[in-house]
Amino acid sequence: MREVALLFFIVVAGTAGELCVSRAMKSIGEVHDFRPRSILRFVIRSLRLPWMWLGVTLMSLGFFSLLAILSFQEVSFVVPVSALSYAAGAFGAKVFLGERINRNRWIGIAVVCIGVTIVWWSRK
Amino acid sequence: MTHTRRLHLKTTLLILLSIILGPLGNVFLGKAMKGVGPVFSGRIPELGQIVSRVLASGYIWLGIACLLGFFVVHMLLLTWADYSYVQPATSLSYLSLSILSYFLLREMISPLRWLGVIVICLGVFLVGRTSPSTTGAPDRA
Repeated sequence: MREVALLFFIVVAGTAGELCVSRAMKSIGEVHDFRPRSILRFVIRSLRLPWMWLGVTLMSLGFFSLLAILSFQEVSFVVPVSALSYAAGAFGAKVFLGERINRNRWIGIAVVCIGVTIVWWSRK
Repeated sequence: MTHTRRLHLKTTLLILLSIILGPLGNVFLGKAMKGVGPVFSGRIPELGQIVSRVLASGYIWLGIACLLGFFVVHMLLLTWADYSYVQPATSLSYLSLSILSYFLLREMISPLRWLGVIVICLGVFLVGRTSPSTTGAPDRA
């Protein structure tokens, strides 16, 4: 039961956090310059965005849940099962970011979910 | 080289980097947390003790360093590529994570689990064949 609760936090809080970060990144725009100084400026600029902070908070919640579950479960079980966030991510990206998700992506995401189910069956 | 080709090449290179950094970070975190022991065996007053044991582990900092590197690469990717493309594409890391868990953590991975991971990667391959950006540029898939 505690496994399911922690996995829920990893998937839902983690995905919601990433969606917030993605929203912040899109408002900055495409990065063309990869010199260290420019990357540092890019990081500082992103830290001024509220969406970034909301995203980081949610992702932290997901991260602490990950640490808790890793204290008693195998890495090779926990991380693949957390791939359930693909389905959550696709729904969130469609609703929250207005991304168009074509049929091929949906098929891919469905296959990922089948893989997650198989990994779940291998639970010890 | 066309803009689209350059965009694909840049995306592929950064995804490759994240495939190595992300799993390595998780493997180190797993190693650190296994050293601490089950966090739910203790009561609330013992939480401080658990936190200090976690922070004292060298592997936790190594893991966090790898994940920070992964996070920066991920942020750079998201400035031009769709989230629903980046997230599944970087999930090829599930295969590298299984390999690293097997060799570095000595986790016994059953054939069923390998099958699950391979199916996840197949899903990733299908997603990877779609265009990285659908909101800024026409979808070529």
